[in-house]
Amino acid sequence: MMRAVSVEEAVAMIPAGASVMVGGFMGVGTPERLLDELVRQQKTGLSLICNDAATPGKGVGKLFDATLVSRLTATHIGLNPKAQQQMLANQINIDLVPQGSFVERIRAGGCGLGGVLTPTGVGTLVADGKRLIEVDGEPFLLETAIRAQFALVHAFLADYLGNLTYALTARNFNPIMAMAADTVIVTAEHIVPVGVIAPDHVITPAPLVDYLITNG
Amino acid sequence: MDPQIIIARRVAQELKSGNLVNLGIGIPTLVANYVPADLKVFFQSENGLIGTGPIPEQGMAHPLLTDAGGRPISALPGAATFDSAMSFGLIRGGHVDVTVLGGLQVDAHGRLANWMIPGKMVPGMGGAMDLVSGAKRVIVAMQHAAKGKPKIVKKCNLPLTSARPVHLVVTDMAVIGFADGKATLLETAPGISVAEVMAVTEAELVVPDDIPEMKI
Repeated sequence: MMRAVSVEEAVAMIPAGASVMVGGFMGVGTPERLLDELVRQQKTGLSLICNDAATPGKGVGKLFDATLVSRLTATHIGLNPKAQQQMLANQINIDLVPQGSFVERIRAGGCGLGGVLTPTGVGTLVADGKRLIEVDGEPFLLETAIRAQFALVHAFLADYLGNLTYALTARNFNPIMAMAADTVIVTAEHIVPVGVIAPDHVITPAPLVDYLITNG
Repeated sequence: MDPQIIIARRVAQELKSGNLVNLGIGIPTLVANYVPADLKVFFQSENGLIGTGPIPEQGMAHPLLTDAGGRPISALPGAATFDSAMSFGLIRGGHVDVTVLGGLQVDAHGRLANWMIPGKMVPGMGGAMDLVSGAKRVIVAMQHAAKGKPKIVKKCNLPLTSARPVHLVVTDMAVIGFADGKATLLETAPGISVAEVMAVTEAELVVPDDIPEMKI
């Protein structure tokens, strides 16, 4: 059952060194308040799973500003010079993954699958150390599932039960990550009474949500 | 004419009514400016939108409606938003008719390298590997040479984006196709001779008897 908690209380549950997946694409659709609180509580050594490193001062970029990340799984970090510097200085261990494989690995993790077979990356550096599996004569890479201890998700609407909807391009990885972590913590632009979100419009059903951060 | 505009205008001619099109960053983004107004093309932004519209007017931007670089965009009537699993399902699943991408190198068989320069620039591949692996038609839009150095080479010395060859390369000097797995000169830019193209092309080019001039 979803529980409404303060942002301080929620982040206090995340230990230093935890694996954390964070929704958002270039900081759009990212739970900024949870990131601010991770910085305030100085949760170091995080194993971060996020599409990109955003930009300094925005989204997960704040975690790199505060050097809280020791391991990153992402698809693109080109717009955050701090993340690049920390990678080149070997301060963070980075695993770069094609974006389609990244989202499918997380989807697999949330859906009880061991992984997915994708043509993406066959014959490139991405295939190094991975199993190549032929299906009907075509080569595919086995990309294994990804899960995390915590998923930090940002929704547009959350109702009192924890049903979620998302807005425009802020949906991105959020509903996929809400399936793939032991503990799911959500911030929402608006918290609304049950019934405001029609059943057909619910994207993440309430039982997936563990904690909703109270607004105001 | 500006070399980038030559490329963008020529690539725009490849788009057909009803096409679902994904444009990469850089020169490919300019292609949208040269699509005839009566041609109904759907542009996808891989962060979760079909129906991207122009940059909104001052004061009309929405923070949750952005392109894949995180910049504000608008959505056209009939637009649709979705999560990243859907977005890359569209890409990898062959539902995107045309993708236009920038390039660092293309080899004699049409294989593209565009995602990293080892030791110098390691931004990550983002969605590029999925786009080249999955789009029905892959067009590379790039300058023919970088400071006189050929970009269409015998063999890429930069890491490949995909083992799957691209379909067409459009440069400021020429249009090159890869039917039968061989780089073939299809058109030259206005005022550019076949000999001038050959002089800055390292890959062996098949040169048919009749090479029309680009109609731009």
